[in-house]
Amino acid sequence: MFDSLQAWLSTFLFDWLAVVITLLIQAVVVILPVMLAVAWLTFAERKVIGYMQLRMGPNRVGPKGWLQPIADALKLMFKEIVRPTESNFYLFVVAPILTIAPAVAAWAVIPFDENGVVVADINAGVLYVLAVTSIIVYGVIISGWASNSKYAFLGAMRASAQKISYEIAMGFALVTVLMVAGSMNLTEIVEGQKGSLLHWYWLPLLPMFAVYFISGLAETNRAPFDVAEGESEIVAGFHVEYSGMAFAVFFLAEYAMMILISFMTAVMFLGGWLSPFEGIPGLEPMFAWVPGFIWLFAKVAVLLFLFLWFRATFPRYRYDQIMRLGWKVLIPVTIVWVFAVGVMEYAQLGLWFD
Amino acid sequence: MIAFLKHQVKTFGFTELFKGLAVTGKYLFKSKITVRYPEEKTPLSPRFRGKHALRRYENGEERCIACKLCEVVCPANAITIESEERADGTRRTTQYDIDMFKCIYCGFCEEACPVDAIVETRVFEYEFHERGTHIMTKEDLLAFGDEHEEQIAADRAADAKYR
Repeated sequence: MFDSLQAWLSTFLFDWLAVVITLLIQAVVVILPVMLAVAWLTFAERKVIGYMQLRMGPNRVGPKGWLQPIADALKLMFKEIVRPTESNFYLFVVAPILTIAPAVAAWAVIPFDENGVVVADINAGVLYVLAVTSIIVYGVIISGWASNSKYAFLGAMRASAQKISYEIAMGFALVTVLMVAGSMNLTEIVEGQKGSLLHWYWLPLLPMFAVYFISGLAETNRAPFDVAEGESEIVAGFHVEYSGMAFAVFFLAEYAMMILISFMTAVMFLGGWLSPFEGIPGLEPMFAWVPGFIWLFAKVAVLLFLFLWFRATFPRYRYDQIMRLGWKVLIPVTIVWVFAVGVMEYAQLGLWFD
Repeated sequence: MIAFLKHQVKTFGFTELFKGLAVTGKYLFKSKITVRYPEEKTPLSPRFRGKHALRRYENGEERCIACKLCEVVCPANAITIESEERADGTRRTTQYDIDMFKCIYCGFCEEACPVDAIVETRVFEYEFHERGTHIMTKEDLLAFGDEHEEQIAADRAADAKYR
């Protein structure tokens, strides 16, 4: 679709201009829904956690509270951005940008549907996502440093140490996926899971599925790994000193990362846009009309619900417990499973290796 | 050894975590206890202690005999009373002020009153828009009592057998 748009544009514009315009349109087409999803994810979070606590959650703004995110956004936009004295202004401004940019940029390689509905169908998609999301750590640590606040600095230290630790387990979990799929291209990884529910990679990689999701929780600083925010100790962690829209940018980045992790999990382990009824005689033709991205969004919605469910359920880990879980449990488990996948590969086990 | 294995299975099988998730999952579908306040209200007891009122007898005569028991018993010193002797020889108040900012709504005045003159009503939603209006005068209290006499009488009647 965008190729034809670009071809049409280049008939009367410079070639480079046509490329830039097409890319901009593609970016907006991906980023805008993501930002809207973030807005209503915050609403969903407050509703779900409220319901689990026998409350109702926000129900005042608009019908059943559905306009709450808009009210929140408006409030944040009109709030003053306070700059702490003695803070490093340049870094203070750069930090939120450094946080949101990777969280948004990583969406370029996420495939939404078959036939290459993806902004950039690059070969090293997995590597790209890993590399780009790692950059968020810089935003976190710079914001903590530039704020010139002890709380922010402690939060930044905690958050960055935690993110770096869990990145290793996450990387190893993805290595097993690459071993099974034999490709780093996300579209090809999904194509490799074609067949049925059992062909998806969650089955041979069940421990890795759990490890990836747990690491994802830790990566995004979500409960139960949210010591970086620890309201009772360090108020809000690295972004205490940010207010108004600057804070909202951190908020957007965190939630965009949550959605991104859910998308990655769905693509890697749950067959991306593939229908769960594939290969089941009665149900497959019945649900053949459902477009692929609906299945993908449904899977992502379930995973996001898990994020919220976990937050409502589990108490916060202590800092040393987080480090212990990351280094002494998840990383050994992943290394063992890398070998296990190697053996499975050698034995050409089951449906997944060919 | 068996215990060790059991522990490992428990840990890596996330059994405890699933138990916790089951609890919160169950609560997700329970009916919610939230009362959406301005639209919905919780039921009030006949003994509810809200805004004060002074009552009258059925013939229109005010009940208060200026015995000043309420003034004495008030722990917050919110009540101020002045009295006089009327031409018919009865004692009545000339001034009966309640400072609503001092009042702690303990209900002692109501309890102390020998003639059920000062009462606390069910009304708890009220506000003052001007400085000084927080002191309810005798006229305010009597007017408020007249306005809500039906409800006040019903509440006293409902509670009568426990008093």
